[in-house]
Amino acid sequence: MRNLKRQFLAGPYLLWMAGFILLPVAVILYYAFTTTSGHFTLLNISSIFASIHLKSLLLSLKLALACTAICLVLSYPLAMVLNNMKEKSQGFIVFIFILPMWMNFMLRILAWKMLLSNNGVINTLLETFGLPGLDILNTPSAVVFCMVYDFLPFMILPIYNAMSRIQADIIEAAGDLGAGNLTIFFKIIVPLTMPGVVSGIIMVFVPALTSFAISDLLGGGKVLLIGNVIEQAFMQEYNWNLGSGLSLVLMVFVIASMALMGSKGEEGGAGVW
Amino acid sequence: MSKRLIDLQHITKSFDGQTVLDDLNLYIRENEFLTLLGPSGCGKTTTLRIIGGFESPDSGNVIFDGKNMTGLAPNERQLNTVFQKYALFPHMTIAENIAFGLKIKKKSKAYIDDKIKYALKLVNLEGFGKRSVDSLSGGQQQRIAIARAIVNEPKVLLLDEPLGALDLKLRQDMQYELIRLKNELGITFIYVTHDQEEALTMSDTIVVMNQGYIQQIGTPQDIYNEPTNAFVADFIGESNIIDGTMLKDRLVKVLDVNFPCVDEGFGNNTPVDVVIRPEDVELVAPEAGMLEGDVTSLIFKGVHWEIEVLAHGFEWLVQTTQMHPVGAHVGIRVDPFNIQIMNKPESSDEKAAGPDA
Amino acid sequence: MVKKSAERIYLSLIFLFLYLPIAVLIALSFNNSKTKVQWGGFTLKWYKNLFSSNSIMEAFWTTIFISLASALIATLLGTLAALGIDAMKKKRQAIMIGATNIPLLNADIVTGLSLMLLFVRFTRLGMGTVLIAHITFNIPYVILNVLPKLKQSSRTTYEAALDLGATPMYAFFKIVWPQIRPGVFSGFLMAMTMSLDDFSVTYFTKGAGINTLSTMIYTEMRKGIRPEMYALSTILFLLALVLLLFMNFGPSARIGKEEG
Repeated sequence: MRNLKRQFLAGPYLLWMAGFILLPVAVILYYAFTTTSGHFTLLNISSIFASIHLKSLLLSLKLALACTAICLVLSYPLAMVLNNMKEKSQGFIVFIFILPMWMNFMLRILAWKMLLSNNGVINTLLETFGLPGLDILNTPSAVVFCMVYDFLPFMILPIYNAMSRIQADIIEAAGDLGAGNLTIFFKIIVPLTMPGVVSGIIMVFVPALTSFAISDLLGGGKVLLIGNVIEQAFMQEYNWNLGSGLSLVLMVFVIASMALMGSKGEEGGAGVW
Repeated sequence: MSKRLIDLQHITKSFDGQTVLDDLNLYIRENEFLTLLGPSGCGKTTTLRIIGGFESPDSGNVIFDGKNMTGLAPNERQLNTVFQKYALFPHMTIAENIAFGLKIKKKSKAYIDDKIKYALKLVNLEGFGKRSVDSLSGGQQQRIAIARAIVNEPKVLLLDEPLGALDLKLRQDMQYELIRLKNELGITFIYVTHDQEEALTMSDTIVVMNQGYIQQIGTPQDIYNEPTNAFVADFIGESNIIDGTMLKDRLVKVLDVNFPCVDEGFGNNTPVDVVIRPEDVELVAPEAGMLEGDVTSLIFKGVHWEIEVLAHGFEWLVQTTQMHPVGAHVGIRVDPFNIQIMNKPESSDEKAAGPDA
Repeated sequence: MVKKSAERIYLSLIFLFLYLPIAVLIALSFNNSKTKVQWGGFTLKWYKNLFSSNSIMEAFWTTIFISLASALIATLLGTLAALGIDAMKKKRQAIMIGATNIPLLNADIVTGLSLMLLFVRFTRLGMGTVLIAHITFNIPYVILNVLPKLKQSSRTTYEAALDLGATPMYAFFKIVWPQIRPGVFSGFLMAMTMSLDDFSVTYFTKGAGINTLSTMIYTEMRKGIRPEMYALSTILFLLALVLLLFMNFGPSARIGKEEG
């Protein structure tokens, strides 16, 4: 009886969810399937196949994949190095590597933009040594670099967490049964860190796929991601129906990518902290 | 007796400046069930880990079958370990766990399948091959850990407090199971525990350790009946340990009463520790006892009564099948051959070198 | 030996990658020269300009207000929700936790846009809508921090308190609350950080009148970067440093770590 009463404590939250999570989704669904005059249509959805939209979707997928791959390649060895360090210093060093994650997202973009710009720090340095300048601002490469910079800690942390949970005696047991270092790595460490890798991939891939601010600020209007197309549809063309339709397509991609990965790792975003 | 299989020579090991093992010498014979017994921190686990190759000694040698294997990594040694917390691989099935070592040795699939079947049968878990690790109870996981080790046909099986995480009933069952396995496999077991009952039940040889030193090596009977010092006497079973004075050969003064005993060679008027096991104390009529006292506590233990008797200022622990109510006035009698005399330790460290087994 | 130094070099390279941009930002905030690359001497004038700029200070206070208010309300709603969810049967609990995860995993841009579409139907965009939006994405972080603590605290201690004659209220504050407090606290801090860091959701739900620091920097960056932004970055970086130090090594972090 008392139990039932306690369940009602979740009531306000349920109301809030209904009002500000479910209802907005319903609204976006409504806009996605109607014309400006309120008639049913599938054109908003199918417009993803328009060449300009398709091109930006493919570019988004490409950049997000590249960013995720780079993050993974950088993070895995790093997590191993961190995990092998002495207990005493470990906490502090790990702290150092997640600190940038807590700095304002916009500031990280700002810092990166300043490094890359034509008369920015990197180019000035290169010039001083008589090397040719690096003209990557306003290119997809600049966007990918900045995405990696922004999202790298989201990959490091879950992998490191998964790795630090592997108990020492498991590794010792493998060695005891005759496994060399390579076998231990591929048969024990890699499979046991898989959940961490999976949540790392999700946590990097999803924001990279849906980001619009980075490409907007570092692409100089030349790198048009699907996020930019949606943002412009809403904020510049005021075509909410089209924007909603494309958002829905984007959501499908996000859900699909998570379902693909999520079948392996159950942690999701929450296990990261 | 069979030949020496493992020889530990002058092993010294310290962690962060703290000496854990100090010049330890020990040999283990082929087909022996040898137990390293002692309280936590006595160095028994470190000794086992040095044999297994998980730690390397600061100095000294580990000789295996005539060959020095001090610097070898665990995967290059012909022995396998059963870990305290089982250390099963959580991402593999039971069968995959057991097959792990064999796959590394590139055995054929038929051979591996046979071995898995054989090992599961040996530990009474037939048909468990496809199950996942976390679907098993602690006792079952421990059996799988043993199965995983023995399929590799090691010459020596190292067991690091393998029953420590199990409850009492299961622990007792597993003790018999381990003795059976040892007999069926005919290999050497080196077993680490802090549980004296486990050690007495299973071992051929017990090595009692304390603070990095071997206190005594011997058969369970030796260790129990003839402890060489008060530490061993106190650690193995329950004892009455009383200050006494060896007046001359075969006569010791305890609590101002002279007791005849069978020990010789301690000199005259030497202070000694006198050890008497509780089951060796006889309660008799007051006038028939060597000293008299009063029963202060009485506990029923099933097979026997546990009685405390206050006599001459000492609380005697007595185990007997005869009931004596609290308050009863009784006499205490001890047969000469049930009195153990031992030298007082020279330092508070209980520092003592082990005599030969 | 070779392995050790290779590890160290790798660690340093990643460290450089992460911190070089920040270091340059901090250096430039003290640079008495408008161009980015020349050192024109040490100055604090960008900081002075920063504090005398109305628009920046307004954005700063708006950010602080929204993150504090949204974290507080989300903590209240989320803690109550966690208590309720904890009392539910397994199946219903799983559904609730699954639903709680949705806004965490959804793309920011979609969360922001869908809320915007809802808001413009009923009201005008402004401070209130930003606050509601932030509370919405903050609640899950609180729930996911409190729920594990509730699971650890055994139901029996609560029942033992009732058995010993405590009223449910008394038992809650004396027995349950001390056990979940670290979770509530870290949920609050995490919610606040998420809110401070947010750009996308704020961008779509804020309307014309107001700015948080994130949206202001975004607008500024599209126009070109003013040196005052470097000063602002430095201050915000130090703020994040202090907050995170507090979370990791402060009183609430210690509770979990001392046992180890």
